[in-house]
Amino acid sequence: MRILIKGGSVLDPGNPDAKYKKVTNIIVEDGKISEISNSANLTADFIRAPQNFECVIDASGKIVTPGLIDMHVHLREPGHEYKETIESGCLAAARGGFTAVCAMPNTHPVNDSRQVTEHIIRKAAEAGAARVFPAAAISKGSQGKGLCEYGELREAGAVALTDDGLPVMNSQLMRRAMEYAKGFGLPIISHCEDIHLAADGVMNEGAFATRMGLAGIPNVAESVMVMRDIALCEITGTRLHIAHVSTKESVRAVREAKKRGVRVTAETAPHYFTLTDESVGEYDTHAKMNPPLRSSEDREAIIEGLADGTLDVIATDHAPHSVLEKEVEFDQAANGIIGLETSLSLSLGLVVKGILTMESLIEKMSANPARILGLEYGIKPGMPADVTIIDPDRAYVVNADNFRSLSRNTPFDGWEMKGKAVLTMVGGNIVFDELST
Amino acid sequence: MHFSKKDILDMASLSAGEITLILDTAEKMKEISERPVKKVPTLRGKTIVLFFHEPSTRTRASFDLAAKRLSADSISISAGSSSMVKGETLIDTARNIEAMNADIVVMRHGSSGAPHMLAKRLRSAVINAGDGIHAHPSQALLDMMTVRENKGTLRGLKIAIIGDISHSRVARSNIAGFVKMGSRVILAGPPTMMPKGVGTLGVSLTYDAEEAIRDADVIMMLRIQKERQKGFLMSTEREYACIYGLHEERLRHAKDDVLIMHPGPINRGVEISSRVADGPYSIILDQVTNGVAVRMALLYLVLGGVRDADSD
Repeated sequence: MRILIKGGSVLDPGNPDAKYKKVTNIIVEDGKISEISNSANLTADFIRAPQNFECVIDASGKIVTPGLIDMHVHLREPGHEYKETIESGCLAAARGGFTAVCAMPNTHPVNDSRQVTEHIIRKAAEAGAARVFPAAAISKGSQGKGLCEYGELREAGAVALTDDGLPVMNSQLMRRAMEYAKGFGLPIISHCEDIHLAADGVMNEGAFATRMGLAGIPNVAESVMVMRDIALCEITGTRLHIAHVSTKESVRAVREAKKRGVRVTAETAPHYFTLTDESVGEYDTHAKMNPPLRSSEDREAIIEGLADGTLDVIATDHAPHSVLEKEVEFDQAANGIIGLETSLSLSLGLVVKGILTMESLIEKMSANPARILGLEYGIKPGMPADVTIIDPDRAYVVNADNFRSLSRNTPFDGWEMKGKAVLTMVGGNIVFDELST
Repeated sequence: MHFSKKDILDMASLSAGEITLILDTAEKMKEISERPVKKVPTLRGKTIVLFFHEPSTRTRASFDLAAKRLSADSISISAGSSSMVKGETLIDTARNIEAMNADIVVMRHGSSGAPHMLAKRLRSAVINAGDGIHAHPSQALLDMMTVRENKGTLRGLKIAIIGDISHSRVARSNIAGFVKMGSRVILAGPPTMMPKGVGTLGVSLTYDAEEAIRDADVIMMLRIQKERQKGFLMSTEREYACIYGLHEERLRHAKDDVLIMHPGPINRGVEISSRVADGPYSIILDQVTNGVAVRMALLYLVLGGVRDADSD
């Protein structure tokens, strides 16, 4: 099978030869990229002859990037298939322009074993949409008591370790986990939250929570753990990645650590640079997540952290929940929102506002997650044809009814957006196509 | 003035005009409770469901009496006896209540915002009888009625609220209500019991009980809960009583015509001494009496009643 992607502007931040190439043709053969060139290198006749290709994709006026990677996704399978399955999650990823996701281990059972890791990989292959790279648990059952078998988990295909959803409160366990993980070259992804400081909080601590009579979660519940993990990272030398950064203090801590040369990276999610705690409005559970939406001051700091490179990655923390968990009293409602199908459009807004260049956006949504997770990456001959085609001008209104995710818990339903993925290709297969509509 | 609110959810959503209308209506209602036959036919044929998801004696009895004095039919559903213990969601329980054609659902719930959630989904009027640590509008209204009755106005009065502001829906509703009506509100308590950003509510703050009491026209003491020791909000009841409790010695700093209030139930000897609670400045039981009148006014007004109140 030979495919021609013609006329697009290739943007591949990881590849010095193709950082931002105008009008480039990509030839895909048997699932791999075989040739990249502007039309001068290929004979015009060859390109024009449709019989030379089973499929010609006209990407003129569009941006062609290496497949986007969302490194923080909850696929809910095994265990909570009524919220999301690996298949529905992968289809949602493809629709959002993602060719790969990193699946968090807080399933039921927790992904703390070879069996669960292999099961996730097998189901993802059957789904045949986005690729799934499982993150396995730091501690058995994410209970914070004993280490998992990192060697075997890596062999089974785990790419990172995290107890996401539950913080590792025991500092000694975190230290040993970092040291042990180092031996296997696996990064630690830390969900930073001091559960005693967070206590029974359900939204950001501040004037709005006070008015609404909701118990607050202070910024320091996050930043104190960011600082602890940076300190542990300094003595262990393990690669540390801070998940879902939401506060200005965390941004500052990561920035200073990087300046000292600590091997720390960090991510934030589109809702943290888009919304504030006032989005809770009159008890809207679609504005409830952990960490919570913060103040506008924090949002500004997140945006600044993205702009100056302190925050390396935009990841969604895609957290599907059914109405059973969301149409309830605010303090009873589950934490989290889905993000795969709105992430790119919201993030492109940062480019429109001049906060990020298109290149740095693609870095945060593709090159950097690939580097952190140690994944193959790039539009280069010989690489798997994982490609996202973005139309930065396509305007549309979000309609959650059209989502491929099984869940609808988004605060962005009805939002007017500009720019989206219009085609997603994984290993040469077109898994999402809205190019011509 | 017409009252056009479908629901009474919190003080923040009531205008000064609406508050005045409620208080004026309540004053008229109060007379009914003083008659030998304490009943008028105003709400005959109306159904009022008292849906109490948290324990309550005073508020529930007060709403129940208010309904009965207006000839409405009232029934009580409490958490322990409802299907919610069988795992039914709040929305489903409420829809079932509505399907029985309740005109008003009076609701108490431990989760802040629960009445707001139901109000959006139900055709019945929803009256919040206390939600989590958020709001208790009928309590604030009865407090305001009692102060107005004694002082003739709310404008310009200094209202001191002392205690665990953080966990008090009574405090939140009184702050919103009194500030809206032009009173000056000062909060006092240990810093651990002051919620973040409370200064944005138009109040002043002090950690010194005597400063709050000085020149106050009204001192409102909040109930202190033993459980707060677990959250490290206070050391001991003994120390709390010494530093923030209201006793005769401390009352010497107050004005001669000060009013002492408490939403109840009282912890005698902790936030308030018996001699002060039962003393000449206390209007704690007047609050309870006025509670029925305010609730009669609320039931009447949310059902659109303008027939007897000054209709214009």
